Amino acid sequence: MDTSIHTSEAMVRRRAKRRAAERRFRAYGATAVALAIAALGALFASIIGNGYTAFQQTYIELEITYDPETLGLGEARDAAALSAANYPGVVKKAMRETFPEVTGRRAKRRLYGIVSSGASFILRERVLADPGLVGETRRVWVPADDDVDMLVKGHIDRDAPEAERRVKDDQIAWITRLERAGRIEKRFNTTFFTAGDSREPELAGVRGAAAGSFFTLLVTLALSFPIGVAAAVYLEEFAPTNRLTDLIEVNINNLAAVPSIIFGLLGLAVFINFFGLPRSAPLVGGLVLTLMTLPTIIIASRAALKSVPPSIREAALGMGASKMQTITHHVLPLAMPGMLTGTIIGMAQALGETAPLLMIGMVAFIVDVPGGLLDPSTALPVQIFLWADSPERAFIERTSAAIMVLLAFLITMNALAVVLRRRFERRW
Amino acid sequence: MNATASEMLLVNEPPPPPPPAEPVAADPVPAGIETVGRITVDQPRMTSRNVSVMYGDKMGIEDVNLDIGKNEVLAMIGPSGCGKSTFLRCLNRMNDTVDVCRVTGTIRLDGEDVHDPRLDVVQLRARVGMVFQKPNPFPKSIYDNVAYGPRIHGLAEGRRETDAIVQRSLEKAGLWNEVRDRLEQPGTGLSGGQQQRLCIARAIAVSPEVILMDEPCSALDPIATARIEELIDELRENYTIVIVTHSMQQAARVSQRTAYFHLGRLIEVGETSQIFTNPRHDLTEDYITGRFG
Ligand SMILES: Nc1ncnc2c1ncn2[C@@H]1O[C@H](COP(=O)(O)OP(=O)(O)O)[C@@H](O)[C@H]1O
Ligand SMILES: [Mg+2]
Repeated sequence: MDTSIHTSEAMVRRRAKRRAAERRFRAYGATAVALAIAALGALFASIIGNGYTAFQQTYIELEITYDPETLGLGEARDAAALSAANYPGVVKKAMRETFPEVTGRRAKRRLYGIVSSGASFILRERVLADPGLVGETRRVWVPADDDVDMLVKGHIDRDAPEAERRVKDDQIAWITRLERAGRIEKRFNTTFFTAGDSREPELAGVRGAAAGSFFTLLVTLALSFPIGVAAAVYLEEFAPTNRLTDLIEVNINNLAAVPSIIFGLLGLAVFINFFGLPRSAPLVGGLVLTLMTLPTIIIASRAALKSVPPSIREAALGMGASKMQTITHHVLPLAMPGMLTGTIIGMAQALGETAPLLMIGMVAFIVDVPGGLLDPSTALPVQIFLWADSPERAFIERTSAAIMVLLAFLITMNALAVVLRRRFERRW
Repeated sequence: MNATASEMLLVNEPPPPPPPAEPVAADPVPAGIETVGRITVDQPRMTSRNVSVMYGDKMGIEDVNLDIGKNEVLAMIGPSGCGKSTFLRCLNRMNDTVDVCRVTGTIRLDGEDVHDPRLDVVQLRARVGMVFQKPNPFPKSIYDNVAYGPRIHGLAEGRRETDAIVQRSLEKAGLWNEVRDRLEQPGTGLSGGQQQRLCIARAIAVSPEVILMDEPCSALDPIATARIEELIDELRENYTIVIVTHSMQQAARVSQRTAYFHLGRLIEVGETSQIFTNPRHDLTEDYITGRFG
């Protein structure tokens, strides 16, 4: 017993060393995970910290008199006349009546400036919905100008020297009076979710970009999933192993590594310049992102097909199933979770892709929410890029808010991938 | 002793096989074959003549001539890598699925050449079923596992007929009483022995003539093995069975004829009792006495 080599001193030392090495190994892993979580946490904290205020918008209550004279209506009450009426005049009049002491062109202009130019659109909508309003007086909440919004939210320092502020002293005085009168309020910013892009931050929303992303991804999914799966099935199940298929395999792997902007250039040259498809269209964006996503889907799908145990194929073939039956009845259902996961990851990549879309003109300033595959549009990441580039302080928080919207989409898609994998995963 | 099989054969020139009692209608037995024992049977279900298999430029089996009789259990034994599985997989053309594999020679099922382009391999595999070494039920319900073959071959119309086939097959495979209440549960949830019997049920659901079994018990415990062996004995009444086995006791228990392979050649074939009590070839004797394997 005492002579056993397993109890010798050298062996005991070796075992202690082995245990220490194991502990270190675990510690490396834990550190890596902690770093990743910290980085993610910092990212989220910064984005949410910067962006959460964008989900609120300052509104000002005005006492609006829909005076037919100010509106320039005369006796006309038809839709065309109502639509073309002078609503900004009504807003200005309401402002003047609220602060009758303001005189002088410059001061008046500053006064009008605390209300968003979008206020007149709201009034027009109301009148068009209910022409009986003409001649009446109503209290209406209208959005404040973005600078006022920033001031109310505390992003502009009221004590800074006037020259360094975008909101002047007299404007601050008016706002303070409105605040005291309870006529300034922060409300949930529905505009952000229902409007397209705008030069005015308080009127800008992500709806247009989200719709653009949606249509673009629709095209990408509709093309890249069937093509990718078909290519993977062919390569994995049918193609002979020879030089040609080796070459194809190498090229698919290379394509996955091509910088995405190259695909944008290709799309510009082929789809727009050669085939004459419209610029800025989700159709073209989807085609370009399909090129980019295909390698990802093909590689993931092939891995999924490879992981189907050969014994299942043999079982089916041994039963007299044809090759196609073997694939459609057994191999594809078993590979589907992996394929779907790969597809969703590819789609998530495509959703976050900016560079190729810049090349095909999806970077234009587009106010209207696109309604189809050929309407000019942008996409969420491009919208983020555009807003990040804007000088207005209010666009900073909207940039972060748009990033949050994009992240929410991405997280939803990834969660969907996990759910699909769980749901369809089979054990054998 | 490092002599290869062919050298051995030159040294120990075996006695020529006795002529068949009746001339077999199919291909004549080629002259100059080296197999010891009678390769033909009176009522052949399948015949193979000069069957060789190449994997690329590597020899899998060489010049195998062997008949498989109706309603007999033929056991194939031999050391690992001697080509038992390769020959077995020729019989239902499973080797077609291996890219590098080239099969030459003639194999007939009931007189029909299995390589005849007019014969559909799908049909061949329905007539010559296969059970694999590792139980490989589909990751579907027990019911669907058994119903799969009848469905793809159009053997059953409607749920009632399918139900009947499923029940009959599971009964024949001795599994019905164990699974009758859980036909909708996954086949992969059964024990190893049950899974293998499910695979046998799946194979017999399409009413094959021949069942090929490649070491069907090598992944099973002794009790499950005994059940499969009993089952093989029962199935012999209706089917021709070719079984590859590593266990000589198993070959002795379940088979009527035994074929001994060595390095890709069929060395000896004969009545099982004769092979195990009185092998005529030295290699066979060495193997069954445990000198190598
Ligand atoms: N798919 C294959 N590719 C290449 N060689 C193979 C393949 N399958 C079997 N072989 C070779 O053929 C020979 C016979 O194999 P096999 O029939 O599986 O032997 P056994 O079943 O008797 O153990 C072996 O030398 C093996 O290496
Ligand atoms: Mg084998």
